[in-house]
Amino acid sequence: MSEPTTVEQYEQLLAELQIIVERLERGELSLAEALHLYERGAELAATCQQLLDMAELRVRQIADG
Amino acid sequence: MHAFTVSELNNALRAHLEEEGLFFDIWLLAEVVEFRRYPSGHCYFTLKDEQASMRAVLWRSAAERVALLPTNGEAVLAHGRVGFYEARGEVQFVVDQIVPAGIGLLNAQLAQLRARLEAEGLFDERRKRQLPVLPRRIGIVTSPQAAALQDMLTILRRRYPLAEVVLSPCLVQGELAPASIVAALRRAYTEPLDVIILARGGGASEDLAAFNDEQVVRTVALSPVPIITGVGHETDTTLVDAVADVRAPTPSAAAELVAPAIGDLRQQITELRERAESAILSRIDAQRAVVAQQHMLLQRNHPRRRFDTARQTVDDLLRRADRALARWIQFEQARLQSLHARLRTLSPQATLARGYAIAQRSDGTVITDPAQVQPGETLHLTLHAGTLRVTVETANE
Repeated sequence: MSEPTTVEQYEQLLAELQIIVERLERGELSLAEALHLYERGAELAATCQQLLDMAELRVRQIADG
Repeated sequence: MHAFTVSELNNALRAHLEEEGLFFDIWLLAEVVEFRRYPSGHCYFTLKDEQASMRAVLWRSAAERVALLPTNGEAVLAHGRVGFYEARGEVQFVVDQIVPAGIGLLNAQLAQLRARLEAEGLFDERRKRQLPVLPRRIGIVTSPQAAALQDMLTILRRRYPLAEVVLSPCLVQGELAPASIVAALRRAYTEPLDVIILARGGGASEDLAAFNDEQVVRTVALSPVPIITGVGHETDTTLVDAVADVRAPTPSAAAELVAPAIGDLRQQITELRERAESAILSRIDAQRAVVAQQHMLLQRNHPRRRFDTARQTVDDLLRRADRALARWIQFEQARLQSLHARLRTLSPQATLARGYAIAQRSDGTVITDPAQVQPGETLHLTLHAGTLRVTVETANE
């Protein structure tokens, strides 16, 4: 198998971000935890945007026509 | 010599005719006469040309799949096999597909293949899978030379550059196309793909023949992942379209269906970030309220509060002391004034005015006894209106 594709990285980060947002929204956290999670969330959002900005379609051909 | 019964002979003829499989897959171009449909649903008629004719039967099961039943005098293209009706010793053509001859042989074959595959359930809606939301690896099976590929890549680059495209090239027209497409699909099936696009740019509809090929259709049906077709123009529908999970009218449309728009992805991230922000802000607000509450409680119980009370007591006492002091001073001043008045009446001035004098030595000592002075000593006399300097002559003992 090849290394994780951009989508896989993106999906992973997005999933983490979604979990963080849900936890923040449930609001059962201590302030320190909430702030920590928020920082992580902001970081993830930025990375996701960056992945979208930097992404370049990769094209690979299997066998020749 | 062996004598057959008629039954034996007919049975042998039927076996010979049918079991050899000689006339199994026959297309007949003929005219329909004596067409009759029985209440059982079976249809009996005669197929003929100018010189010859043959009885024909269309069983109910086949008749139900025929789009349009023929009418007397109509030229048709009938597909079926030659059968032998033992009871009457008659050869008959058992029709499984019949279409007006005008449609043409290819279409007739196509219709027949479609009917067969449909009967197998290959086109069932239940077989259709949903396209993945975020495909990681997108397989494209198409001709690498065609403009269709560039169109699709352009769309994917613009809408969804996150993906990896795995191109499995094939021929899309000509005799070799079906085998080439089958091979390209099989190669694609060995890759870890999330979705496959099978595409072919527009062309004359006979150029799309490969996409109606039975092996191609069956291979598409075997796809381990959802497969989307974008074959030809909007108006072309091929059998691979029917068997695919999703049919797009064109290659470009297929690429658009496969790729989520990157703008939507950005929007999703923005929404998540905003939700995180509002969650943390409301968390902070809640914390602020808690702090305010605690602060209020703290202030209510601050030690200064007790100092304040004590200070007030002290202030009160001081104020009372001030007032007391002021009253005392007033009283003392009044007393002082009266004393001063009395003192004035006792002053030596008043006595001097009466003619007395005060004798003093130059050092200020008041002389009250003659023994204090020697003759010749100088004394100062203070009178009511001034002073005198005098010299002592004698001092009486």
